[in-house]
Amino acid sequence: MGKFTYQLVEDAAKELYIRALKILPPDVREALKKAYEKETNPAAKQIFTTILANVDLADKEDMLICQDTGLPIYMVKIGSKFPVDGALIAAALKEGAKRATLEHPFRGSSTHPVTRINPQTSVGEGLPIIYWDFIPENNYLDILMIPKGSGSENMSTMKMFIPADGVAPIKKFVIDTVLESGSNPCPPGVIGVGIGGTADLVSKLAKEAIARPVGSHNHDPLFAKMEDELYEAINSLGIGPMGLGGSVSTLAVHIEWAYTHITQNPVAVNTQCWPARRARAKIYPDGKVEYGF
Amino acid sequence: MATYALTTPLAEDVVRKLQIRDTVVLNGTIFGVRDLTLIHIFDKKNDPPVSLQGAVLLHTAPSLKEAEGHWEKICIGTTTSGRMDRFTPGLMEKYGVRAIIGKGGQYQGSLEAMKKFGGCYLAIVGGAAAIETKQVVEVEKVYFEELHPEALYQFKVKDFGPLTVAMDSHGNHLYFDVRAQAEKKLPEIYKRLGIPV
Repeated sequence: MGKFTYQLVEDAAKELYIRALKILPPDVREALKKAYEKETNPAAKQIFTTILANVDLADKEDMLICQDTGLPIYMVKIGSKFPVDGALIAAALKEGAKRATLEHPFRGSSTHPVTRINPQTSVGEGLPIIYWDFIPENNYLDILMIPKGSGSENMSTMKMFIPADGVAPIKKFVIDTVLESGSNPCPPGVIGVGIGGTADLVSKLAKEAIARPVGSHNHDPLFAKMEDELYEAINSLGIGPMGLGGSVSTLAVHIEWAYTHITQNPVAVNTQCWPARRARAKIYPDGKVEYGF
Repeated sequence: MATYALTTPLAEDVVRKLQIRDTVVLNGTIFGVRDLTLIHIFDKKNDPPVSLQGAVLLHTAPSLKEAEGHWEKICIGTTTSGRMDRFTPGLMEKYGVRAIIGKGGQYQGSLEAMKKFGGCYLAIVGGAAAIETKQVVEVEKVYFEELHPEALYQFKVKDFGPLTVAMDSHGNHLYFDVRAQAEKKLPEIYKRLGIPV
């Protein structure tokens, strides 16, 4: 029997980045195939043919799906039955993301916000982005990696609504964000919506929403219903794949929510492009590493 | 909705024939540019060290590997064009660029330059970089190397596309049309969801 080490986490962080860039999750593939079948506009159907051929080619020839290697995000869930050192995990994730970039190699997309100097490592001050969560019953370390591309991330919106606004403007805000984004986020992707919390939490919730398997529903029926409503509304817009017109404008709308202050109601929209990339690793105390999505 | 197989460099009369929704497949040479390349050329005033007369430009920041004095491709894909909108009129007027390949389209100023100088915007399927990488036969040259991955790249391409003409030299803009259609549908969508207008 093997043993858990932080080197294993570093190796997994590297592997996860590369896998996410090359292997599209099965739920995303399924959603894209369904979109192809559903699409009624012939030019849009042709775009789906190219999209599906691209996913197959990336598989067959071990290629990157998209050139935007994104900013690395690691969503870490620590299980109570397998306590680990968070500081060492953070260091291992940073080193793993850097090694993926240099050793594969691929384009580092991270840069200094003022000098715009790109270290070509995908990491730097504040990067990779790491989110922590704690799961009481888990006996393993769960790491979900998302390389977040900028075409979609640049379309992010957040607004602080007030109680007097009610629910309708929230829905309008989501629809208007998608319309305003148009072709830029490489539609049809996943529309992630955060509702509640604070300005920072709501943005994180929207990011967690795009990290869910495509087409999954919020556990709360109130929000699950809102997901369906918004999905139907957005797909009535006719934006189509790549914003060139068509009947499929989004693969899914996901909502994550939290309680908020009595005086406020923040809403955030985070868009994910059609290559809704993610890769997961579960690392066990005996050193076993399981890769998935 | 015609389909054209074109070879670079492009002549003005060829580009003026193109209409939005036409499909184009390219052979020959295309040049990769990105935010920093264009800032370097226009804001920092460095003329491109190669002629761009009749050229087709691709909005990209590729993953390449430098090996024994030449560049190998790892991944070449397309980025959002809106960010580089302000450079398109200058590229067409000053350097003779005829076509921009990108995703997401550009705005009114670029559209007017395309009308005036005989240019067009060709939309690629964004995110489909594996296919694009395959269609780039060779990285022929990298200019402004110090800016890599946002240098000026010369790519030899074979059957590059399919590309959709999304902005033409007649003042037509496919993205604007799609947006206008969507806006017409909005009142009905709002009504369905109980959103007051």
